[in-house]
Amino acid sequence: MSDIIIEAKAVTKTFGSGAREVRALRGIDLVINRGELTLLMGPSGSGKTTLLLILGCMLTPTAGTVTVCGTPTSNADKEGLAKIRRDHIGFVFQSYHLFPTLTAAQNVRLALDIRSDRGGRARKKAREALDRVGLAQKVDTHPGELSGGEQQRVAIARAIVANPSIVLADEPTAALDGGSGRTIMRLLKDTARERGQGVLVVTHDPRVVPFADRIIHIEDGLLVETPAGEPERVHLPKAGAFEPVSASES
Amino acid sequence: MSLTLTLASRNLFHDSLRFVATMVGIVFSVVLVLVQMGLFLGFGRMVTSIIDHASTDLWIVPKGAKCFEDPSLLDLKLRNRVAGIDGVATVVPLVIGFSDWRLDSGEMTPVFIVGADLHDSALLPWNVVDGDVQALSQGYSVAVDRTYFDRLGVSGIGSMAEIRGRKVKVVALTDGIRAFTTTPYVFVDLKNARTFTGTPSDRTNDLLVRLNANADREKVLQAIRSQVGDAEVLTTAEFRNRSRSFWLFGTGAGAALFAGALLGVIVGTVIVAQTLYSSTKDHLTEFATLRAMGSSNRYIYRVIIYQALINAVIGFAIASGIGAIVVEMTAKSALPIVITSWLVAALAGLTLVMCVTSAFGAIFRVVRIDPATVFMR
Repeated sequence: MSDIIIEAKAVTKTFGSGAREVRALRGIDLVINRGELTLLMGPSGSGKTTLLLILGCMLTPTAGTVTVCGTPTSNADKEGLAKIRRDHIGFVFQSYHLFPTLTAAQNVRLALDIRSDRGGRARKKAREALDRVGLAQKVDTHPGELSGGEQQRVAIARAIVANPSIVLADEPTAALDGGSGRTIMRLLKDTARERGQGVLVVTHDPRVVPFADRIIHIEDGLLVETPAGEPERVHLPKAGAFEPVSASES
Repeated sequence: MSLTLTLASRNLFHDSLRFVATMVGIVFSVVLVLVQMGLFLGFGRMVTSIIDHASTDLWIVPKGAKCFEDPSLLDLKLRNRVAGIDGVATVVPLVIGFSDWRLDSGEMTPVFIVGADLHDSALLPWNVVDGDVQALSQGYSVAVDRTYFDRLGVSGIGSMAEIRGRKVKVVALTDGIRAFTTTPYVFVDLKNARTFTGTPSDRTNDLLVRLNANADREKVLQAIRSQVGDAEVLTTAEFRNRSRSFWLFGTGAGAALFAGALLGVIVGTVIVAQTLYSSTKDHLTEFATLRAMGSSNRYIYRVIIYQALINAVIGFAIASGIGAIVVEMTAKSALPIVITSWLVAALAGLTLVMCVTSAFGAIFRVVRIDPATVFMR
């Protein structure tokens, strides 16, 4: 089995035309591998959300190709793109996007339900996923009764419960305090390390840098890759970085 | 319970005010349709109640007679001609017509006289709750329905009144024989019917024909048709349909009832569509999240259709309860609402169709969802 989960070649994305044309991406080459936590960082307007949407099969590139687990996305229609997402990708959103009327377990089961995985087996998987993120006691709790960190952990459980090839996380720590942010990053790191899934975190939060296997920096629609441990392009805060809690995570 | 059903029900019940508004819309619509169609059925039954209670097989009526109440006359000689046909058991003259009923107070009210030969039992009053029908052959005797006591100024058996200057005595009481024209039916003997309506003795309004049990129905029917000249020979079913068709559609009454029912369907559909659409709009982020997670459009449609079906089931259940009360309340009225199992089944189907159709607006909205919106901050 190839280690490559997502491969982008010469991806460009242009919005508008003529004088109002905006070139959001200008020829991106990128590979996301299994077992790696990759950070995609860059300032506002640099094109990182556009790249995330293209890698997450919600946008198609203007030019270039993207393959997800060997499946090219360029010829897929909306339903085809949805199927690729369903088959291979789990998402974690900044605003969690949990369903407020459903319990934590039901929120997690939704990811299985849309894949036609139902019944007792799905319930068991949902409980196990919540257990994995440390919320075994909250299965019947509604999102409104959970803290922000707990809600994001439910969102991670929902993203990983169907065992996708890759988890795409959009600013997962942005709305969280230091402790919660550290927990979330540790869970995402575990997802990459222990489950062999790829994890791509889009962020401008420098506190998450210590968890990265790779850091990709994007500026003006172009990538600048930085090896892990050399975050010179990242403006780390003098204090407050999330420190991995175990040696295996450092 | 499936998760889609759970999600659909939570979406609905989450906003209780909107759910109540939806229910009001559905219940209003279903009850309105039920009442209109129940009136249609009740009216249809009422206009043919006399035809339905004739115990004979065929009706010979004046050519072009549109309904039972048609006052045209036949030559009574037809009776003997038809009676001589092989397979015919009896031919009974029926005399009908409007007359004046004079109360003790001197007040006059119109009545509709129905008179047939009592011995042939071709068309006797039914649902007799007091008195004796056979007593109608004694003097000027009448049978009336007790729901018309006030109207006719009588209080029971033995009450006296006057028809066309003749003192009449109530000798039998029925229950529930109501005329849709609001003019009470008064059952009398054939001889008295002629007197009260002024029908000549050599004329009759209709002839009721009873066939022998072993007669070849079609053959006898053809033989009778060849003997009656301008008159028409109709089976009970044919005469019933013709009467119903005349009163319901010839007069526009049926069209008005259908128009009311259609209005109910339109109002219900619009209200349900509006509330479902607004509910879907409120949950667009959730649907976009589902879409971003990779759900198919069909999965999302299912959630919306389930919402529509839950609306339909609960709305129909409430409407049925209210409908049952309305039916009970009108049971003794001049025009009772009639509910049949077919009507209930049709209404249930209509409610489902109405609610599912209403979901299309919401579905069209959801189709346009861009899953990328969940990444917009």
